[in-house]
Amino acid sequence: MIEHSYIIALLPLVSYVLIVFFFSKRDKVASGIAITAVLISFVLSVFALFETLADKGPHIIRFEWIVIPGFSLPLSIYFDPLTSVMLLVVTIVSSCVHIYSLGYMHGDPRFPRFFSFLSLFTFSMLGLVLSGSFVGTYIFWELVGLTSYLLIGFWFEKSSASNAGKKAFITTKTGDLGFLLGLLVMYFFAHTLDYQTFYSLVENNQISAGVLTAIGILLFMGAVGKSAQFPLHVWLPDAMEGPTPVSALIHAATMVAAGVYLTARIMSIIVVSHTAAMTIAYIGAFTAFMAASIALVQNDIKRVLAYSTISQLGYMMLALGVGGYVSGTFHLMTHAFFKALLFLGAGSVIHAVHTNDINEMGGLQKKMPITAITFYIASLSISGIFPLSGFWSKDEIFGAVMREGHYFLLIVAVLVAGMTSFYMFRLCFLTFTGKPRDQHKYDHSHESPKNMTYPLMVLAFLSIFAGWVGIPWLHKGYSSFVFFEHPHHESPVIWLMIISTIVALSGIYLAYLMYYKRSIDPVKVGERFKPIYTFLLNKWYFDELYMGTVIKFVYWFMEVLYRFDVGIIDWFVNFVGRFGLFNSRLWQTFDVYIIDGAVNGAGYLTRWISGGLRKIQTGQVQNYAFVIFLGVVLLILFRVM
Amino acid sequence: MPTVDHYLVLSGLLFCIGAFGLLTRRNAIGVLMSIELMFNSANINFISFSKFLTPQALTGQAFAVFVITIAAAEAAVGLAIVVLMYRNFDVVDVDYIDFMRW
Repeated sequence: MIEHSYIIALLPLVSYVLIVFFFSKRDKVASGIAITAVLISFVLSVFALFETLADKGPHIIRFEWIVIPGFSLPLSIYFDPLTSVMLLVVTIVSSCVHIYSLGYMHGDPRFPRFFSFLSLFTFSMLGLVLSGSFVGTYIFWELVGLTSYLLIGFWFEKSSASNAGKKAFITTKTGDLGFLLGLLVMYFFAHTLDYQTFYSLVENNQISAGVLTAIGILLFMGAVGKSAQFPLHVWLPDAMEGPTPVSALIHAATMVAAGVYLTARIMSIIVVSHTAAMTIAYIGAFTAFMAASIALVQNDIKRVLAYSTISQLGYMMLALGVGGYVSGTFHLMTHAFFKALLFLGAGSVIHAVHTNDINEMGGLQKKMPITAITFYIASLSISGIFPLSGFWSKDEIFGAVMREGHYFLLIVAVLVAGMTSFYMFRLCFLTFTGKPRDQHKYDHSHESPKNMTYPLMVLAFLSIFAGWVGIPWLHKGYSSFVFFEHPHHESPVIWLMIISTIVALSGIYLAYLMYYKRSIDPVKVGERFKPIYTFLLNKWYFDELYMGTVIKFVYWFMEVLYRFDVGIIDWFVNFVGRFGLFNSRLWQTFDVYIIDGAVNGAGYLTRWISGGLRKIQTGQVQNYAFVIFLGVVLLILFRVM
Repeated sequence: MPTVDHYLVLSGLLFCIGAFGLLTRRNAIGVLMSIELMFNSANINFISFSKFLTPQALTGQAFAVFVITIAAAEAAVGLAIVVLMYRNFDVVDVDYIDFMRW
């Protein structure tokens, strides 16, 4: 299967083409094609996984792409255990989201288009994962950015949605600029963009450490944009304007994970360059903390989840930054499942009550038990409660941070874990328990149809068990499959597990006191810490900060350019125009009197002469004959004389 | 015994009479007849030269036969034109046919 693994990526592309060109008006056929394609991709990915289990590789398949004498840019597939795990994650989540969308998008006027975009996204994401060269990665990287833009702005009638699409595109593009620069630097110094060639160059110390640091940080800039890390995280919460299945697929499980994936792919740089590694780790830790603190107070169910996603991505970056290749990618996998589940659950709730505001919900678990139960499972998993999958992956991260001796980062990470469990259970309690705060909406709510609840159950199953492959006592588990250079078997740190569980439970308990028993009044707490509360509610004023600095600068600069345009460019253009006009008037005079005069004069002259000469043509044959004879006689006379 | 000069004088006279008729006759039939005269003066020339200069070869005679053939064809076309002229304009006067002028 690995030989032909490009098929896995191409199937959704085929589906996209079919839908766009042939079935853009046929709801059932379009969704059927898209779902079939992604399911086949999933099955093929399973086969590929088994093959990688037997032979880890990396398997490399190269394709010629651009060949010019003296320069060639091949594309390739780099298939190693991480690839196969990512393929599996992407296809599973994508399948679930495709099926879920059947119910969620039911009756939407652009239903087939939605599925075509989903297919295109799945293609791009699978291509990104399979790609074995940085240039291929970059191409697919931009493609997922494009589909993300298209899907965020899917309901473009809403100006907020189309603006969010633009914001996401521009913000991520800012990071992508770094990525591109990184590629250029890499090509300049290493003369290759191929994963394997580059790795071997790095391993043999053929690239200087300073260059590697530059490449690492520039490529990480791309990851910062895509994975919504500080300072480019602002687009992700706004991206929640898109349909919820999109949020689950792109903005929780797969596309935002692409940044983490890329960072994992440059692990060999991180190992060498301490500066790059620490940049990644500290940005990750700061992002995790900042996003979690914002999530504490948000009232939009999807925004809470969005900030939670940013925070968890920060965790992964932190793990990779400290060299925790296994733990970072492991958390990437488990997070994909439970965060997709959380988003799909939130979508199910929104589908039922038609609002995103958790203040208008409450008591919904009676009405929608399946959604509620699966949501609880995912919340427990993300909070890191034993023995759900989140527990194992989060613990791996703590372990990795601790083993490298970054105790400050460890404290931050554990603190964020407590905040995570608090905001997740705040969300759960406000949504599913207590008295309905909006009786009308409560009465009209209902459990979602089966095609929405089944994906929830599948993901709930994975949220519980997917992490079990990484149980530290299991020596044949995740860490012996996906690893960097050679497998490490770290012995589990029991006391760390206990601490993290205690922190998580205390977060849940605090949420329970505040939002379930209400023995601590959250409003009073908010009053008590009013400055902090306002600060967090306004998302650390990042949007305002960017508005006041970057955007204001852009506007100012735009104004300057506008003035320059009007004052200098336009003036010059107008001057040239006026000069041309004057010049042409001059030439016009010359033309009219001289050239035209000559032309007309020639005409008049010809007519005047011919007016006399034409009289010769009498029409009488005998005249002509006479002239001929005369001519002959004259010729003879001349000859004779 | 007539010599080549006699024949040439005859032929010259015939040609001049034909040319004069061609240029002066108003009647179209007359014009055609004048042309025939000129053809025949040429034939006399051909035959007399052939007879007196190369008596063995019959080239002049052969040319004369060709000229007669061409003259017949020419007369046929010319007479057809004259007939059409008469039908359309009721005249056979060449002065009248001067439509192809300026």
